Amino acid sequence: MNWRRYADHPFWQAAALLVAAYVVIVYVVPLFPGSALVPKSVVLQYMATVLVGVLIYVSDNEERWIRFREPIHAALVEPRLRPVRAGLLVAVPALVGLVAYGQVRTTVAAPPNLRSIHPAPPSEITFRGKTITLTGLDNPLRQHPESSAAYAADGKRIYYQNCLPCHGDHLDGQGHYAPGFNPIPANFQDNGTIAQLTESFVFWRVAKGGPGLPREGTPWNSAMPRWEDFLTEREIWSVILFLYDQTGWKPRTWETAGEAGKRKGDD
Amino acid sequence: MADGAVMLLQAAADSTRAYGEFPVIGARAFVWITAEVHLMFAAFVLGVPMFAVVTEAIGIFGGDERYDRLSKEFTRLLLVAYSATAIWGATLVFGLSTLYPRFWAYLTAIFAPSMWVYAGLFFVESFTLYLYYYGWDRWKKGRAKLGHWTLGILLNVWGTVVMFIANSWLTYMMSPPRDITPTTDPTTIKLWHAIANATWMPINVHRVVANVVFGGAIVGAYASYRFLAARTDEERAHYDWMGYVGNFIAMSALIVLPFAGYWLGREIYQYDQSMGITMMGGFMSWLWVIQAFLIAVLFLTGNYYLWIGMGRIPGAERFRPYTKWLLIILVLGAIVWGTPHTMIADSKELAAMGGSHHPLLGALGVMSAKNTAVNLMILTTFLSFLLYRRANTRPVVPWAGTGTMIQGAMFAIAAGIVLFYGIRGYFVEAIVRIGFSVYQVLAVLACIVCVTVIDILMARGAQSLGAIRWGKMPARSQYALFILAVTFTWLMGLMGFARSGIRQYWHVWQVMQDTSKYAATPALGYASKMISLCVLIFLCLVAFVFWLGGLAEKSTFVAPGAGDEGGGRGDRHVGH
Repeated sequence: MNWRRYADHPFWQAAALLVAAYVVIVYVVPLFPGSALVPKSVVLQYMATVLVGVLIYVSDNEERWIRFREPIHAALVEPRLRPVRAGLLVAVPALVGLVAYGQVRTTVAAPPNLRSIHPAPPSEITFRGKTITLTGLDNPLRQHPESSAAYAADGKRIYYQNCLPCHGDHLDGQGHYAPGFNPIPANFQDNGTIAQLTESFVFWRVAKGGPGLPREGTPWNSAMPRWEDFLTEREIWSVILFLYDQTGWKPRTWETAGEAGKRKGDD
Repeated sequence: MADGAVMLLQAAADSTRAYGEFPVIGARAFVWITAEVHLMFAAFVLGVPMFAVVTEAIGIFGGDERYDRLSKEFTRLLLVAYSATAIWGATLVFGLSTLYPRFWAYLTAIFAPSMWVYAGLFFVESFTLYLYYYGWDRWKKGRAKLGHWTLGILLNVWGTVVMFIANSWLTYMMSPPRDITPTTDPTTIKLWHAIANATWMPINVHRVVANVVFGGAIVGAYASYRFLAARTDEERAHYDWMGYVGNFIAMSALIVLPFAGYWLGREIYQYDQSMGITMMGGFMSWLWVIQAFLIAVLFLTGNYYLWIGMGRIPGAERFRPYTKWLLIILVLGAIVWGTPHTMIADSKELAAMGGSHHPLLGALGVMSAKNTAVNLMILTTFLSFLLYRRANTRPVVPWAGTGTMIQGAMFAIAAGIVLFYGIRGYFVEAIVRIGFSVYQVLAVLACIVCVTVIDILMARGAQSLGAIRWGKMPARSQYALFILAVTFTWLMGLMGFARSGIRQYWHVWQVMQDTSKYAATPALGYASKMISLCVLIFLCLVAFVFWLGGLAEKSTFVAPGAGDEGGGRGDRHVGH
């Protein structure tokens, strides 16, 4: 069988692996339940990794490496492959040109930003003239577990009065106004937002909003208002209690003396 | 916390020439380049002596003279590298004193005595090096040789103490003791109090280990350069073997390095959480994505070198079919390791994902996945070494089959523990999850230690399937060694920027503010270019040092009666 000869050849194996990887990353991954399309930056990153893997595979064995180069060598020098050579001479520059055009053409979309989603919080903030130390601070309402249902109910009411239009009914950042924003509102159901943060961090973000982001948080166009201008300290803590209660996430806790701990990576 | 009035006073004081200016590139770029290149050379002159003294010891106690020649060959390179280190160090000091005079005056007010000790030790270190190199052939037998080896140890001791002293200055800038405030008169600060700051010892340990890695990588690069330039099979055999030894030491020490880095990260968090978050979760978190790429490159390249090397080992054929499975694990590990939690995406992609986190792949961007991936990659790399080591032998001990099964079981158990805690990490809160990484690491280390012990016992009296054909390596294997050295150097610059950049607009964190026009923390793109430039300058100079090494050897070779001084062509090394 002719196809069998191709299937056993390292060059065509490499080509097939690259195509298969591209298909899986771009078309199969989004098909999984709850998944979404893979951003181009990640596709590029994955494909680069796969390409390195493929090149290692074809060249870590001398015999395989020689066989891998055979078709390339043949396409470049053999007279019988002159049409293929001519085709490649047109196709490769055309492909490079196409990619270059895709990179530089004008679009209406805002360019991707490298933003700090979780910028470092200050150790203390001023809330309506009162100094609040964030380091080591827990939600003060949790000191009264008997009233937590009432606080959560308060938080729910405040959330629906103030936060719903952007952060949505399901707390997933899909409110009515959400499509109009860039960056889009935070999705509290995602394990990468409040699930990774201490409640004092969330308090700081709610109280100070987009305008209160530190310089390292730029470029940043967050439309999040400075809620200290509209809500009391207790109301903000109630909303935070509700967010965790409703999503089921547990806030990150502070490390006590002698206990291991640090955040790592983008975690 | 610095108070605003003091900051204003500091700013006012700046009118009295607190900062100088350097033409064209500016003061910060000048100090950046000189500091970085000085540090790279410093790592060279600290890492290579460690390598030299270990290989000399193997030569003495193992009776294999090749190691002795290897050791001497590297010490020769050190002579030039020392000069380069001193020149760049002096340039840095002149740069600091003329471009940042106020800050320099502050540092000297605290650290002056340690600076005098530093200079004195550098002097002693240099002369120890001269004795070590020029006394090589005079003290080559018996007790004199042991004395010579002791000189090598002393060289390392002086170098390490010198590094510890310099580390105290830079760690003080990062983590000055909390009782020191902007109003503290620097002349009243006790020297030891400033030296023994929160990050001093973690940096010391991290740099010692990193220097071993760096030393091994530089040795590998030198060997590959000489291999590619070799004209005879003997030379190729010698430099092929040298490249292998360099790579082995670099990769072995690399396995320990993340743990030292982890300790340093912990100390930074405990000293100041805000500084820690800036480093790992804030704007510098993107550096860790680049770091992940580079570490994946290290793992893939290190393994690639070993797999190609199997081509020159009789008996390795039986293991070749397995390497593709190891490669698959490494590639998948690299994909997980490099998956960012917060993805770079345009507005359409953000809308489709429902945020910056991918609903499915975002799970690979968190600590549990990363730790699992890197631990499995370490295990895989260790397995590659094991296969390589065993390739040309067949164990003859009666329990060889059982031993191999136990080793296999240990790998399976370690991988199982890593996977179990990796998956479990998704279902517990952060404070518990962090502790899991310790169990994963312990499982991997325990596996490495136990499997190695069994392997050593099992190799006793093993039947040889043929000698390694040193020198029978394709050129691309040597480029892999180059890639390792370049990647290590680049990583050093990158992580150095992360460590230094988290001070942001402070010369001394929350004690002395940078009020120059370069106070803003540089953008990551600019920083990457600067780091790449430093790496390029360093590698060009190292290439020159390598070339000088070859030049000296040639002249020795042609000089009548020079014998095998220099240990190159005169060394008719043929491998084993």
